[in-house]
Amino acid sequence: MDLRFTADEIAFRDEVRAFLAENLDPKLRDKLATGSYPDKDDLVSWSRILNRKGWGVAHWPVEFGGTGWDPMKQYIFLEETQKWPAPQPLAFGANMVGPVIYTFGSQAQKDHYLPRIANLDDWWCQGFSEPGAGSDLASLKTRAIRDGDHYIVNGQKTWTTLAQHADWIFCLVRTNTDAKKQEGISFLLIDMKTPGIEVRPIITMDGGREVNEVFLTDVRVPVENLVGEENKGWDYAKFLLGNERTNIARIGWSKQRIARIRQLAAQEMSSGRPLIEDERFREKLASIEIDLKALELTQLRVVAADAKRGNTGRPDPASSILKIKGSEIQQATTHLLMEVMGPYALPYLDHDHDGRNEPFDGPEYAADAAPHYFNYRKVSIYGGSNEIQKNIIAKAVLGL
Amino acid sequence: MDFDLTEEQSLIKDQLDRLLSDRYGFEDRRKYMASPEGFSTDMWARYAEMGLMALPFAEEFGGIGGGPDETMLVMESMGRVLALEPYFTTVVLGGGFLRNCGSQAQQQALIPIIADGSSKWAFAQQERGGRYNLAHVATSATESGGHWRISGQKSLVLHGDSADFLIVTARTAGNTTDEAGVGVFVVPATAKGVTLRGYPTQDGMRAAEISFDNVEAAHVLGDPANGMPLVRRVVDEAIAALSAEAVGAMGAMHALTVEYLKVRKQFGVPIGQFQVLQHKAVDMFIATEQMRSITMFATMMAGSDDTSERARAMHAAKVELGRGGKLAGENAIQLHGGVGMTAEYAVSHYFKRITMMNTLFGDGDFHMRKLAAMGGLFENAA
Repeated sequence: MDLRFTADEIAFRDEVRAFLAENLDPKLRDKLATGSYPDKDDLVSWSRILNRKGWGVAHWPVEFGGTGWDPMKQYIFLEETQKWPAPQPLAFGANMVGPVIYTFGSQAQKDHYLPRIANLDDWWCQGFSEPGAGSDLASLKTRAIRDGDHYIVNGQKTWTTLAQHADWIFCLVRTNTDAKKQEGISFLLIDMKTPGIEVRPIITMDGGREVNEVFLTDVRVPVENLVGEENKGWDYAKFLLGNERTNIARIGWSKQRIARIRQLAAQEMSSGRPLIEDERFREKLASIEIDLKALELTQLRVVAADAKRGNTGRPDPASSILKIKGSEIQQATTHLLMEVMGPYALPYLDHDHDGRNEPFDGPEYAADAAPHYFNYRKVSIYGGSNEIQKNIIAKAVLGL
Repeated sequence: MDFDLTEEQSLIKDQLDRLLSDRYGFEDRRKYMASPEGFSTDMWARYAEMGLMALPFAEEFGGIGGGPDETMLVMESMGRVLALEPYFTTVVLGGGFLRNCGSQAQQQALIPIIADGSSKWAFAQQERGGRYNLAHVATSATESGGHWRISGQKSLVLHGDSADFLIVTARTAGNTTDEAGVGVFVVPATAKGVTLRGYPTQDGMRAAEISFDNVEAAHVLGDPANGMPLVRRVVDEAIAALSAEAVGAMGAMHALTVEYLKVRKQFGVPIGQFQVLQHKAVDMFIATEQMRSITMFATMMAGSDDTSERARAMHAAKVELGRGGKLAGENAIQLHGGVGMTAEYAVSHYFKRITMMNTLFGDGDFHMRKLAAMGGLFENAA
């Protein structure tokens, strides 16, 4: 057992850091460091810089444009980019539909879509959830009926993240209503420009537009946009939701948040001294750090086990806790950061339509703290709520 | 980065686990506990035969040349069966002092009798009123004619009543809680002036209250004027080892609980089908895996010469042991229902052990306060 990085891994880490220092606009880095999201242009331009370097979809197999890094290097890359912080690749393409296409798609689909995902030429969004199909995803109702060379799709998707920017949506649709609910689902790729698609914003409690409703009315989708076999979509969806073990805990992100908490708590004064010197505050911070340190080691155990197996076999049972614990820690950091702001978490900063801000009553760095705390309640809900995760662990790991 | 065991480590672990699964069932443990020593002298001899006592010592002193990793493996396996033998006090604590600060001659004289299993050791540190402050030492040591003589009272000396040798902290200068002026001494338990009263502890182990009346020490380890850095180092190593024992105990407790959920039927179904119970069992699983992870971190840091970073790691491990152990232990009892309350059934014994482990070398609150005062875990590096 040797829990230190090897010389090779350290050299690689330094290479990643040097690349980030040289290539990422410091203004964008600063923006992300405050907790703000990259906008579409930020993400597209950064994705292209990464792709030119050959790191656009680093974790993919080499034949589809990946790097061939072992799981440990992939982990180091993620951690370094999150800690920096740099924008993370758009998950819907790079982590979700991309792997589905290169695993189950046709040659034509691979040839067409994969390079465009790597370069973020196509912005993808995810059409899984529906108003009546959340945790019970397989009960989805969006219907696709074959009509010659097309499917006619009717239905409604919801919680569709960043659909307002999207060129494409990958959808789970029902192609057989007679079969068991999991066995009548297909996986379709739909061009967002197709007539009959309407995107309506859902404004979340933080005031942001991150998610949307997507209405599909008589949308004609060419049959060649079916991935894999008809009625096998549930298998592909399970693959999609289950193949993410390296990034789900977002260790690097939480580390960056903790660094931010430390930085701002050193500035904020409480009873005449910096908040960071307050014993109660320090204990709360240390408590999160202990959790995070333990989870980091849990993550590394999973990564090391993946590396050993060549990332093919059954995942280490410990991988199942990454989502639950990782989301809890992310939420804890957003809460503590809000507490750092004290009363100045209160004012709401209204972003006007030209992107200019109204004056803010308080230190400007305080403006995002409460919205982020509110927004991050999502992480224990999306991707299979933490309660669903516990059901899965109870069944798959504990055998209950 | 490499989480694999070496071939030798796997061999040791497999051999020990086999031995324990053959001879350390719950009923066996009961018998061992009822013996005059409070543990199994036969098991002790078998551990020695396997070389467990020799693991962390250099080959020149009859050791095998292992380190914190090997100690972790052994302690985890022993934690899984709630082993009663004084391995921790003898090899980790006693051996730790000798290894870290014994002179060449002292190591030559004393390590071989640990490594071959022929002696048992205990650490006489705690004093009434000292709570978790290791530097609280009122027991005095005075030198005359090249001999150190010790007088004072020690309590909660784990396995003190079976020890052949005691490692005793005693003050050579300064006031009761001064960091400086504490020496570390080796005293044979049979030395004139040692009075010892052994008693059982809540978790089925043994401890002793010991008084020293002008007792001549056989050895002084390191600098008698400045022994606290040594004490802190050995206690840090001990915390890593204790964490590993906790991983074993939590894992076993969790396995027992999951098994019970599968066999116990109520309302016509195994109670493990009830989601509310499943989620508690998952919470226990998470706590156990997080404890395992932080123990690896503590084990990695146990040998570090950076006293501050090493201390941070141990504080973190002890906090996690406190909160994770409590969560796992209380849920284990709750999920067993009435059966969990009984002395007849193993799970309560795990609960008692993990509960008491929290009190050894500082509880979770104590270590949280220490870690916070140092600036937290990620102060220097994230």
